[in-house]
Amino acid sequence: MINKISLSMAAAVAAIEDGSVIAIGGFGGAGQPEELIEALIDQGAKDLTIVSNNAGNGETGLAGLLKAGRVRKILCSFPRMSHSHVFESLYRAGKIELELVPQGNLAERLRAAGCGIGGFYTPTGYGTLLAEGKETKQIDGKNYVFELPIHVDYALINAEAGDRWGNLVYRKTARNFGPVMAMASKHTIASVARIYELGELDPEVVVTPGIFVKTLVLR
Amino acid sequence: MKENIRIEIARRVARDIPEGAYVNLGIGLPTLVANHLPRDKEIFLHSENGVLGRWQAAPVGEEDWDMINAGKEAIQIDPGSVFFHHADSFAMMRGGHIDICVLGAFQVSQSGDLANWHTGKADAIPGVGGAMDLAIGAKKVFVMMEHLDKTGVSKLVRECTYPLTGLRCVSRVYTELATFELADGQVKVVELADDVSAEYLQEVTALGLDFSAVQSR
Repeated sequence: MINKISLSMAAAVAAIEDGSVIAIGGFGGAGQPEELIEALIDQGAKDLTIVSNNAGNGETGLAGLLKAGRVRKILCSFPRMSHSHVFESLYRAGKIELELVPQGNLAERLRAAGCGIGGFYTPTGYGTLLAEGKETKQIDGKNYVFELPIHVDYALINAEAGDRWGNLVYRKTARNFGPVMAMASKHTIASVARIYELGELDPEVVVTPGIFVKTLVLR
Repeated sequence: MKENIRIEIARRVARDIPEGAYVNLGIGLPTLVANHLPRDKEIFLHSENGVLGRWQAAPVGEEDWDMINAGKEAIQIDPGSVFFHHADSFAMMRGGHIDICVLGAFQVSQSGDLANWHTGKADAIPGVGGAMDLAIGAKKVFVMMEHLDKTGVSKLVRECTYPLTGLRCVSRVYTELATFELADGQVKVVELADDVSAEYLQEVTALGLDFSAVQSR
């Protein structure tokens, strides 16, 4: 019998090594896997590269991970949110590396990794600072920038519900980056509010099939 | 090939699939493997037309023709199986999420090159389907095929003469005569079928075989 359910947040994140690339779901607070991030802080892995839309706010969650000095580099689209002072002070002090990625590119680069696509041409950012040094191509008279996939070791995401095979459904706009991060990651850890028996989730509405999920844990 | 021989090959393949594996079964001979997977182990099937989980053939009279496998046969899914669109289905292959795919073949070369979509003959109508995506995407590619073609020539070859489906992608070959493991340009015999001698197998195979790893049955 295959059972991907982990008995605790601590057990779910126990295997994460120093130096891992970790995608953390959420758009602002919606979909941010607070409990998994807290467990990761307690677990102690360091020298991490984080892929996330934002860089955390306040002092807990992603901001707490940053504050604990565990993050070497962050790839994100919008690090400046209200109360994102932890990131700001680390960045100004030169203690964290930032790769700023336009939000659509962040999503598509994760998706490319999940789909085994070696890169793609996108018009986003052409001629701007964020495309400097990147290969470009004109296709049918329009200019494009070549973007590479973002491969991820671990994804920490929040979903609403799942089953023991790892099938997931999400809640409202908390879905955001969850599905593409699950696809891009070698080891997806999903925190869920409810666990169902096999077959209780409608197979027509499952958003992330279990093939993309290694570990499931109840929050 | 006789039905009992086809079943014997399917059983050998099914035995090599571990619990929890995500497996894509190609059309034709590979489809048979589904009937021989142990029911007490949870092995996940993936079908390119957008279904993942566990299923069986639908009984005659109970077919729902919106619920089919890659071979366009009616199936009935078990609870926990899910549906998705075609691009996500091929993301699972190309993105390296499928552990094993089982395909048919015209030829397999010593280095693991696979030819299974086109005979290259002028009047042949080629069809590639999902074979190229599977060949490069699955972590392991198992081939099930007859050992000899219709003219009695070995389908295990030094170099494929038919157009290729994928380069250096095949890890195992199952024929009615034996099971082969392919690695580092070597073809190792891991199992001989009943009543097949090493001498006979080497005689009908168009490349040098390594018999050092043969398991006794």
